[in-house]
Amino acid sequence: MPSRRDLLLATAGGVLLGSTARSLLAADAAPVAEELGQLPGKKLLIRRSWRPPNYETPLADLVPAYTSNDAFFVRYHLSVIPEIDTDTWRLKIGGAGAQKPLMLTLRDLRHDFKRVTLVAVNQCSGNRRGLFKPRVPGVQWGNGAMGNAEWTGVRLRDVLNRAGVAGDAVEVVFNGADAPVLPSTPDFLKSLPIERALDENTLIAFEMNGHALPHWNGAPARLVVPGWTGTYWVKHLTEIRVETAPFDGFWMAGAYRVPIGLFPGAAFKTQETAQNTPITEILVNSLITSHVSGARLKTGSKVEVAGKAWDGGAGIAAVEVSTDGRQNWRPSTLGRDLGRFAWREFRYRLDTQKPGALVVAVRARSLGGATQPEKLTFNPAGYHDNIVQTVALEIA
Amino acid sequence: MRGALAGAVLLAALGGAWAPAMADEDAIQLRDGSWRDLVAARCAICHSLDYLPSNAPVLDRAGWQKVIQKMRERFGAPITDEESQEILDYLTASYASKP
Repeated sequence: MPSRRDLLLATAGGVLLGSTARSLLAADAAPVAEELGQLPGKKLLIRRSWRPPNYETPLADLVPAYTSNDAFFVRYHLSVIPEIDTDTWRLKIGGAGAQKPLMLTLRDLRHDFKRVTLVAVNQCSGNRRGLFKPRVPGVQWGNGAMGNAEWTGVRLRDVLNRAGVAGDAVEVVFNGADAPVLPSTPDFLKSLPIERALDENTLIAFEMNGHALPHWNGAPARLVVPGWTGTYWVKHLTEIRVETAPFDGFWMAGAYRVPIGLFPGAAFKTQETAQNTPITEILVNSLITSHVSGARLKTGSKVEVAGKAWDGGAGIAAVEVSTDGRQNWRPSTLGRDLGRFAWREFRYRLDTQKPGALVVAVRARSLGGATQPEKLTFNPAGYHDNIVQTVALEIA
Repeated sequence: MRGALAGAVLLAALGGAWAPAMADEDAIQLRDGSWRDLVAARCAICHSLDYLPSNAPVLDRAGWQKVIQKMRERFGAPITDEESQEILDYLTASYASKP
């Protein structure tokens, strides 16, 4: 059984691990042990917790342009996760701001609305929390609480418009089938500002990379909010409520917040307080997927450093590489543009003529003009780690 | 004892919905110490016990105190005032980063 194949890897710097193990380590190795584990229907992933299940995509599985369904990260807050019968599943649309409440079957969703496909990065708000300095509590994610996939579904706005959105609607609230163990624990409900809910790119998706959504990624239908962090991408959707007042549930009012004025990104005005505001858009970022620190290159060999760059939907303008301690930056070659919400591949040919240490730094710039920062902007929940990444290689 | 029983009943009552996710979770062994069984019983009602070692490098006594308070006040964990102290003592002794 899968659990018998579990491995325990200690991410000790400089230790030469087997090729499989090494490829699983994040470029800036997480400061915690990485234990591999497997959920039904998934391949071996980095297990961050058993229950609720939180599993991270290993670096090797972030190399392909599209992250495969069986390698895509899994993130839950609540431990009761029912297997849903697609025949009896219903999606209820109502709320004080819905003029004609309705109930949809999966068949209704698939046949009664225009089908839309887009490619988008889904990145957990807490991706890289395990790399935070100083460290902060929470799931100690490395680099792999993210992935890039092609999502197919229908526009949320088409569904909402059928339900009739009242003129004074301010937010749309989403609930999924996952539930808490105790009735005293807040259910996982999220809301979006009405304008983001009505955005043409916000989808109710039922397919991922051309296949039905995997159970662990939200079957039979989940929200897809391109450019916004994964917390809004509610899985196993069961109910959508159009509301005329801000939603005050715990997962909006008491979690997933950043100090006000600290980060760029879309505002969520109806949820703002004097102190903090919900995390919203993904910040410009990049990840080296070709190498991890400690890798050895043969002198004179043809080697490219490669990886992915992404942001919250402006798109990537350039990815630059420095090999001289961040003094000079040179442009890398960008891969195919899969859409402004997708990640963009980059590659850069390294000069391997001179033996010795080679420290490679990579920084991305968005079409919105934002560049990855050198210094981490600390925040208590450990969000938005998008600092310039380096890998220390050795040419010998 | 009372706590361990309550936890076991709750786990059993949930049936198979989440069974795949918790297979082999019971292999997680907490470090020895006073109040270990109480800690295991209370914490495992809602989540696997690997959350304790994974957060240990991040949390000192004050940090764990905040976590326990959050579990009680925000997540409705059934933990009494007296048990909170016992749980805090165990976590400080066995899973805290700093004195």
